[in-house]
Amino acid sequence: MASRSAQRAGDVAWARTPKVNGELFALTYGAMVKRLVEDYTEIDEVNEQLEKMGYNIGIRLVDEFLAKAGLPPCQGFQETAEVIAKVAFRMFLGVAADVTSWNSEATAFSLLLADNPLAEFVELPRQYKTLCYSNVLCGVVRGALEMIQYRVEVTFLQDVLRGDDVNELRVELQEVLSEDLGEQYKDD
Amino acid sequence: RRRADMFVIVGRSEPLYELELSGGSGASASGNLDQFIIHSALDMVDTALLQHTSLFLRTVDSFGEKFVSAYVTPSHVKFMLLHERNKNEDTIKAFFQEVQELFVKITLNPFYTYDTAITSKGFDDRVRALANRYLA
Repeated sequence: MASRSAQRAGDVAWARTPKVNGELFALTYGAMVKRLVEDYTEIDEVNEQLEKMGYNIGIRLVDEFLAKAGLPPCQGFQETAEVIAKVAFRMFLGVAADVTSWNSEATAFSLLLADNPLAEFVELPRQYKTLCYSNVLCGVVRGALEMIQYRVEVTFLQDVLRGDDVNELRVELQEVLSEDLGEQYKDD
Repeated sequence: RRRADMFVIVGRSEPLYELELSGGSGASASGNLDQFIIHSALDMVDTALLQHTSLFLRTVDSFGEKFVSAYVTPSHVKFMLLHERNKNEDTIKAFFQEVQELFVKITLNPFYTYDTAITSKGFDDRVRALANRYLA
């Protein structure tokens, strides 16, 4: 599927989804991050919690996405990446991402987000400069991909809140999981 | 002739932000006096609030040739401007309104605790730029 038709599918999906006020969304997420920062002493723990929350969202979100977006199954990891960036991100966050920086084995890519609606009014205080404010996004991508049999690691390589020009999520394929139903269902 | 204007944002119990717009060089010998003038004008703001229906209270107090203009946000945060000449009220009002927009953005930052000192450098830079544009 060409990138342009993925973009169109993304726009259609976005038009169809019910919307929530962007400010409310950003403020709710901000209140949650602030709460986490106050509850956990280490910023690394906060980052981990955000990722875990994202993972829980991702494993559910993928079913919703596949049901609503109505796309045919992807023909491989590269197509999956395009669909995530152009359709899924657009549908749930309102902004499409760009897929870049593929490695030579085509097992790792970057998602570039110019706008991050989660971080709308945020300015990170100096003592939190290691905080990955939007780490929930990494978890969402990881959870969603795991449900379609790709085990990945997702990290925030660049973050506008920490001074970079763009937000970059690095997705690295660890393992393609097989469709085994498990030991108990195997024929003897 | 030194023109030392001062802009202060006052919260419920303490100043949240201070900006000195000195036209000339040298430490302001009347620096403390400026702060005193602004703080004593706070009482006048409360009185003026009862009379005015709008947020911009114009000049609430004067002390010698210094005037204090005030603007109160709906949440009762007070913007006070100390200036020497009686400036065009519309420019002062426009300045206050633009600062209020910046102020609202700061309060929307989840890491900013309401009614505490504003330490953001971005805010400081932008208020300075506004001050140079409207009040220089």
